[in-house]
Amino acid sequence: MSKISLRRKPDTMSIVFVVLAAFILLFIFVPPIKTIASSSPGTLWDTLLSKDVYSSILLTIYAALIATLIGFFLGVPLAYILARHEFWGKRFLEGLIDVPIVMPHSAVGIALLFVFGSNFLMGRFLNDIGIGFVDKVAAIVFAMMFVSVPFLIDSAKEGFKTVDVRLEKVARTLGASPWRSFFRISLPLAWRSIFSGSVLMWARGFSEFGAVYIVAGHVPFFGYHPVAAPVLVTELFESPGGLKAAQPLTVLLILICLIIFIVLRTASYKGKKA
Amino acid sequence: MITIKNLKVDLGNFLLRDINLDIEEGEYFIILGPTGAGKTILLEAIAGLYPVLKGEIWIDSREITRLNPEKRGIGIVYQDQALFPHLSVQENIAFGLKMRKYPKQELRSKINAMAEMVGISHLLERGPVTLSGGEKQKVALARALATDPKVLLLDEPLSALDPETKERMQGELREMHRRVKVITIHVTHDFEEAIALGQRVAILNNGSIVQVGTPEEFLRHPSSEFVARFALSRNIFTGRVVDAEANYALIDIGGVKLAALTGLRDEVHLSLRPEDILISKEPLGSSARNSFQGMVSDIADRGSVIYATVSLPPDFVCLITRQSFEELGLKKGVKAWITFKTSAIHVF
Repeated sequence: MSKISLRRKPDTMSIVFVVLAAFILLFIFVPPIKTIASSSPGTLWDTLLSKDVYSSILLTIYAALIATLIGFFLGVPLAYILARHEFWGKRFLEGLIDVPIVMPHSAVGIALLFVFGSNFLMGRFLNDIGIGFVDKVAAIVFAMMFVSVPFLIDSAKEGFKTVDVRLEKVARTLGASPWRSFFRISLPLAWRSIFSGSVLMWARGFSEFGAVYIVAGHVPFFGYHPVAAPVLVTELFESPGGLKAAQPLTVLLILICLIIFIVLRTASYKGKKA
Repeated sequence: MITIKNLKVDLGNFLLRDINLDIEEGEYFIILGPTGAGKTILLEAIAGLYPVLKGEIWIDSREITRLNPEKRGIGIVYQDQALFPHLSVQENIAFGLKMRKYPKQELRSKINAMAEMVGISHLLERGPVTLSGGEKQKVALARALATDPKVLLLDEPLSALDPETKERMQGELREMHRRVKVITIHVTHDFEEAIALGQRVAILNNGSIVQVGTPEEFLRHPSSEFVARFALSRNIFTGRVVDAEANYALIDIGGVKLAALTGLRDEVHLSLRPEDILISKEPLGSSARNSFQGMVSDIADRGSVIYATVSLPPDFVCLITRQSFEELGLKKGVKAWITFKTSAIHVF
């Protein structure tokens, strides 16, 4: 990579590009920074201690984690198949997997209700086994999973693609079964991509509003009935307190995302160094 | 021994077909073919890593055609070595042993023995990315041989190496094979490599085997145009180093002794391009150390150029332009001098 040197006479294009870049950077950074800066630590702390808020944050962290675990278990095999095999309709399938990213998220919620709602077969099944769906944790998990699993699948697929297929072949000739070659060679070598895809999936699930809002309001969660944190922000905003009431929780959510971002970056940086 | 009967493999845009090979116990067998002839796929088919359409593969009296690769006892070394990048050198060597449940207490000594055999004992703790091409090749060899395979497959093992390392690795492959005596199938596109290492050589062209024989048979009776093109593009001799110091050697090729630059000793092969030989009626007063008188035994007219065979003996094929051919007045039976530089001789 070459560094842009601004010491010597910069050409016109560089100047224009830097100015344009500055605009978009300001646009990205100013709103969250201003929201954080205009809040007081005391209010944040008080907000965090309110049961509505912390149970909501815990619920959201928990649901996003369960969604990611399920997504990992089902998504990694799919990613491996897509990275290793050519088959008819593969391009189309890959496109399809990314549809949740571009679908309106309220529409995602409606679509989920058409499968898992109590009037439908899968919904009745979930009710029968005691998990339930509408206004249950399961609904939040499914909504989060639907909108965020493409990130994990895509990232894991790219990770597997970077693993030379000859490494797996050599492992086979050395006596490894397909399972062992996968767990000893392919998975460890693709791990960084899979991990960062998982963190991305978790973070995307954590911040999901639209689909969650449609399928679940207050859900039973460890003896309480919280709503998911992004939904709570909206509820606070629509309350008489308006913008002011929504601010502390907003700041908390931004901070959580920042922490996740830093963890992700550190992990992948360490991975690169190793 | 390994027997391949009527093997047919689909390579997508063409077929490998009618592949029949019998490779004896302890043989070093070369499959020679141009790039893109499907040599790597043929090795993968033998190892069970690529599906075969038809035919049979036998090791001794056991048919392995439909066996999974991990059950075949066939080791493979790829051109790019394919070392496991997340494992150290010793973990790479240990991989197959662990997969095959090798007794834990003997693991250490087996790894050390393998490392010692290929000369990488000082590298055991290192990661593969820090190794040179030659070192990686040795690790890959040690890893493949650690599980005591019945057959060792080498996919262009020397072509990714620089010329100096290549010459040394060639010697080490020969030495490795002398010690381990494993059936070795080595594929290459390099004619000289095939002549130097192969006890027998099979030529693969257009998807099938066109000739099988010893290197000597190839040089004397190239049965296909493909082989002949290889064989006639240079003068190839077998010889013995009779005197040597440092990087210089005097090599007896049966009658005459040639001066050449090489670190190799004992039995060697030499090649000399026809265009590198000067032909003259009188001895040339040049600094070239190789100058001999012989008799013109054959003239092959190719239009603007002429191939003249000068017999000392042995025969040297020389390439000259029509102009100098006419100036020299060469014809069958006349005496002529041939002169070439020590550096024109490639020893392998």
